[in-house]
Amino acid sequence: MYAFNYHRPASLAEASAVLVANADAKFMAGGQTLLPAMKLRLANPSDLVDLVALRAELSGIRREGDRVVIGAMTRHGEIATSDVLLAAIPALAGMAAIVGDPAVRSRGTMGGSLANNDPAADYPAAALALGATIVTDRREIAADHYFLGLFETALEEGEIITAIAWPIPKRAGYEKFRNPASRYAMVGVFVAERADGAVRVTVTGAGASGVFRATDFETALTADFSSAALAGVAASPEGLNTDIHADAEYRAHLVGVMARRAVAAATA
Amino acid sequence: MPTVSMTVNGKTVRRDVDPRTLLVNFLRNDLRLTGTHVGCDTSQCGACVVHADGRAIKSCTSLALSCDGMAVTTIEGLATGADLHPMQEAFRQHHGLQCGYCTPGMIMTAIDLVARKGHHLDEHTIREELEGNICRCTGYHNIVKAVAAGAEAMKAPAEVPAMAAE
Repeated sequence: MYAFNYHRPASLAEASAVLVANADAKFMAGGQTLLPAMKLRLANPSDLVDLVALRAELSGIRREGDRVVIGAMTRHGEIATSDVLLAAIPALAGMAAIVGDPAVRSRGTMGGSLANNDPAADYPAAALALGATIVTDRREIAADHYFLGLFETALEEGEIITAIAWPIPKRAGYEKFRNPASRYAMVGVFVAERADGAVRVTVTGAGASGVFRATDFETALTADFSSAALAGVAASPEGLNTDIHADAEYRAHLVGVMARRAVAAATA
Repeated sequence: MPTVSMTVNGKTVRRDVDPRTLLVNFLRNDLRLTGTHVGCDTSQCGACVVHADGRAIKSCTSLALSCDGMAVTTIEGLATGADLHPMQEAFRQHHGLQCGYCTPGMIMTAIDLVARKGHHLDEHTIREELEGNICRCTGYHNIVKAVAAGAEAMKAPAEVPAMAAE
């Protein structure tokens, strides 16, 4: 790890100011992605702005009418076991339960994951499918306008996610095929039938530009929300990743398999 | 250098540290608590698991400075004098180790598992929960047995006073 200056701001305003004042500064929430990247010298921030002191302010899970609002510093383990979330959006709680491993889930946060937008992260698929709103220290961003590409989001310099608001769907399901070694998603598919009846199918882990919608699957499920409706639907390998773990055709095949399983989970 | 202070195994400690200092290196190098191990150093193997404010975390993937003000428990903090913690005793009785390198992390993870999921743990649950702890000797069989037995044994001390009170 290269040397950095450490900051532990006590307020959002202070955190944002420290970040803006230092050109190569980075926020750290749980650090479960950033610290490994720094240890590998893939990330080299001049200043690390640790948000740990904001945890009390930025964590918690509460239902607000037809949505569930989750504080950005809420940890995966807390999300996975939240009674409020298990009752309202069990597919999202189930997703949190299979992020990393138990110790990683004790540190890693929902806001950190969404700010990082790793192309193999889980939450982006849920956010895009459910139509989540990313709430920051200065505005609200719809998921449709938030994910801009690999590790790229609509967040501006110094902008901090404070909470994520999740509309409660009629039903939803998530299935992922994990890389056997890293346990990251080689392909993860989230399916949702929203409260207004709109169907979304989103794919993480597979796209060369990060999370994306599988619109052919959405069309088929809009007509008939069942795994059988996806029998003849295939994903195109175009735009999917090829790497040492799997080529694009294999990933395209997995998109179909995971989509059918996710629908089965949603309709079980 | 910034200063970090925390409670480790019940004792307040305070040191000046390079900001890069990982919790595991703070424990091992600054405090000489070498029971917590570094295996992979990439948060895969779990040899470095300790408890921070009661939750199992990977101390190789946490800055010491981020743990300022926290209560940390390491493998050295489990036994009471010569009496092993029930989970340690279960690993000994069921021979849940061979080389022993992964054992501190396994035990810290197992105790956290009991705190979250209770004393009656089936094999499937134990194997799933050990996902972040790698052992390259045992094949896990005796580790799983030890965790199940340790989980049951951890129940006993709490129940005895309750029964005595009745």
